[in-house]
Amino acid sequence: MNYFPDEVLEHVFDFITSHKDRNSVSLVCKSWYKIERYSRQRVFIGNCYSISPERLIARFPGLKSLTLKGKPHFADFNLVPHDWGGFVYPWIKALAKSPIGLEELRLKRMVVSDESLELLSKSFVNFKSLVLVSCEGFTTDGLAAIAANCRFLRELDLQENEVDDHRGHWLSCFPESCTSLISLNFACLRGEVNLGALERLVSRSPNLKSLRLNRAVPLDTLQKLLMRAPQLVDLGIGSYVHDPFSEVYNKLKIAIQRCKSIRSLSGFLEVAPHCMSAIYPICGNLTFLNLSYAPGLHGNKLMKLIQHCRKLQRLWILDCIGDKGLGVVALTCKELQELRVFPSDPFGAGNAAVTEEGLVLVSAGCPKLNSLLYFCQQMTNAALITVAKNCPNFIRFRLCILDPIKPDPVTSQPLDEGFGAIVQSCKGLKRLSLSGLLTDQVFLYIGMYAEQLEMLSIAFAADSDKGMLYVLNGCKKLRKLEIRDCPFGDAALLEDVGKYETMRSLWMSSCEVTLGGCKSVAEKMPSLNVEIIGESEQMEFNLDDKQKVDKMYLYRTLVGHRKDAPEYVSIL
Amino acid sequence: MEVGLKMTMKGGGGDHVGGCDKEKMGFEETELRLGLPGGGGGGGDGEVVRKRGFSETVDLKLNLSSKQDTSGIDPNDEKVKGLHQEKNLLLSAIDPAKPPAKAQVVGWPPVRSFRKNMLATTTQKSSSEESGEKAALVKVSMDGAPYLRKVDLRMYTSYHQLSDALAKMFSSFTIGNCGSQGIKDFMNESKLMDLLNGSDYVPTYEDKDGDWMLDVRRIMQKVTHNERDRSNRARTKSCGEVQEEKLKEVGVVNRATCSFDL
Repeated sequence: MNYFPDEVLEHVFDFITSHKDRNSVSLVCKSWYKIERYSRQRVFIGNCYSISPERLIARFPGLKSLTLKGKPHFADFNLVPHDWGGFVYPWIKALAKSPIGLEELRLKRMVVSDESLELLSKSFVNFKSLVLVSCEGFTTDGLAAIAANCRFLRELDLQENEVDDHRGHWLSCFPESCTSLISLNFACLRGEVNLGALERLVSRSPNLKSLRLNRAVPLDTLQKLLMRAPQLVDLGIGSYVHDPFSEVYNKLKIAIQRCKSIRSLSGFLEVAPHCMSAIYPICGNLTFLNLSYAPGLHGNKLMKLIQHCRKLQRLWILDCIGDKGLGVVALTCKELQELRVFPSDPFGAGNAAVTEEGLVLVSAGCPKLNSLLYFCQQMTNAALITVAKNCPNFIRFRLCILDPIKPDPVTSQPLDEGFGAIVQSCKGLKRLSLSGLLTDQVFLYIGMYAEQLEMLSIAFAADSDKGMLYVLNGCKKLRKLEIRDCPFGDAALLEDVGKYETMRSLWMSSCEVTLGGCKSVAEKMPSLNVEIIGESEQMEFNLDDKQKVDKMYLYRTLVGHRKDAPEYVSIL
Repeated sequence: MEVGLKMTMKGGGGDHVGGCDKEKMGFEETELRLGLPGGGGGGGDGEVVRKRGFSETVDLKLNLSSKQDTSGIDPNDEKVKGLHQEKNLLLSAIDPAKPPAKAQVVGWPPVRSFRKNMLATTTQKSSSEESGEKAALVKVSMDGAPYLRKVDLRMYTSYHQLSDALAKMFSSFTIGNCGSQGIKDFMNESKLMDLLNGSDYVPTYEDKDGDWMLDVRRIMQKVTHNERDRSNRARTKSCGEVQEEKLKEVGVVNRATCSFDL
């Protein structure tokens, strides 16, 4: 192994890019560990509390790109109080003090303050790329700092963040000298933007490939932007409302036709369905279409649009497409790999317009389907079994029946057999979300067959501890397990506490575990943080060990208890 | 110990007519409970959990954390959470005539808040722009059901259609066919007395005086009036913001809470 000088090994390692592989390389021997750590440029940290910024900096002095994830997944659904944690500031502060020349920062479910953004913008001369997904805590003032200070900014990508929009002129803060933008996504901002500044910015960004606008950008601005950026590959349309007989609309049609490189289309946050024909010319090239924020587009207009999209690989849509519309997808989109059907009525008080029929149609028509998120009215075992047969390549299978404990409406049986078929057939399944009426049986199947499963989400399921035990014993590659409202108690939790060290995290809420049980885990496994999350206004904890715990979140960590937990979070 | 999700069913002791004997159906495991456990919870003793009257049906989110949707409502928790129960009973004691807002399961369906807010805004905006397509949306709730449903009254041209749709919507929450049967029978006035002695579920609605009324057909008439009277038109809003000036909640409740005299 020492026949090659370090530089050669380093050169070889350059070809190894996946995090998993690089982690493996570093474990081979001391000398490989050393070479790998000095040459490592990209680091992914799935739980920001598993390691400290100081240790990160110490190990990887050549760090250029950092990805951090904060809150647990169920925080997306209001199950985690707002100030639970996930603050990025300490990371930026530590990195700023160090010699590290950070160029890229990607954050998910973290709390990002304007202060952090400002510090970030001023601390790293070569900072190029900021990607924020489902974050909160910042305003457009923070964005102004990024725009103003990051002279070589290439990417500003804001996905589904809660941003306090001060309607400031943050877009105007990009200096005239900034011509390096490749990707700009501000679709999640609710406020007005300076349209003139936007047009000028796009005009001086010849490398711009991805542009996603917010609702405040009207059709005539869109037309002007497209005229200046015909090289776009990814377009997110803000407002798409206009008179189809107007001059602007005609100009738009011409502009769109020039955009021969567009492969990805999203947005339509406001849409006039009768203007969709202008889009048809580019539909034939699309590989990704996201209409999941466009409830105004449905029925025949929607189906007509889809019929033009023969090359689609990923489709995100609302359930108002209906089973019939999914039939059109099945006939048209033969290359489809990923389908996400979201509820058009996300408060769950209406009827989802898709059922098992739509899913079966898509599975039959799209054999390459490997990733699914499907909110539906109902599901049957027969349908799931058919889907499993048609599409054995699922990597992600997430099913959400709006009534969380609904049985098979035809047979009144639980959906154990259906999901069992999925895990048995899809040998590469990595992520699974269950819903509907489910007994312990489905978990037996999961434990037996889901050998590659890494993430499992369970709600309102199972009869007893056995369910959880089947999963913990069977799924060797399990990394994330999140459970709500299931009858799993201390016996299941304590059966194999060592297992949790092999996982990133475990979430259990409204289950049967007690404080005593959680304490026991914490005691046996000092390498885990076991957090009991109370209510925001909760003043004191009930110290009775027999008390059932409302929310427990445990995760492995190398740095012990975190110091930034709010009062209502107790780390055992 | 058998722990299942239990639907709180009204009816206490004896009247389980129409094949709806809950004690014997063994549906305990499939029932979804949202109300406070009425005692005897998951003891597996087969006893039907006595459902409180509608006015006592509580919104478990009421008066808990105001900042965020609360959670941690453990449907399987057999220990009565003393503090909550007191609060909730207090609520009903104060104003027994006014039913509290319906409980909804926190965090379900699992949709990101960002998406919910975005869709709510989008629907609101687009509907205020469209002129001719306003829907007459009404919230429908049923005791013991985990969440509200929404009905667009303009989709139904007759009372029969509406009651059929309501029956279908809620049949999954009822044991057997009590719900749908009850509503179907209700259409036939001569069966009214049978119905009242029979099924556990009848549709009622609350009119603008706050009275709970049995006759749902008046809702349909009100809808027609509203169509004519543009200035008073119920504006279409997103599901989370159904305007209730003219159209009140239509509730499908257990018969014992109907406010009428025979």
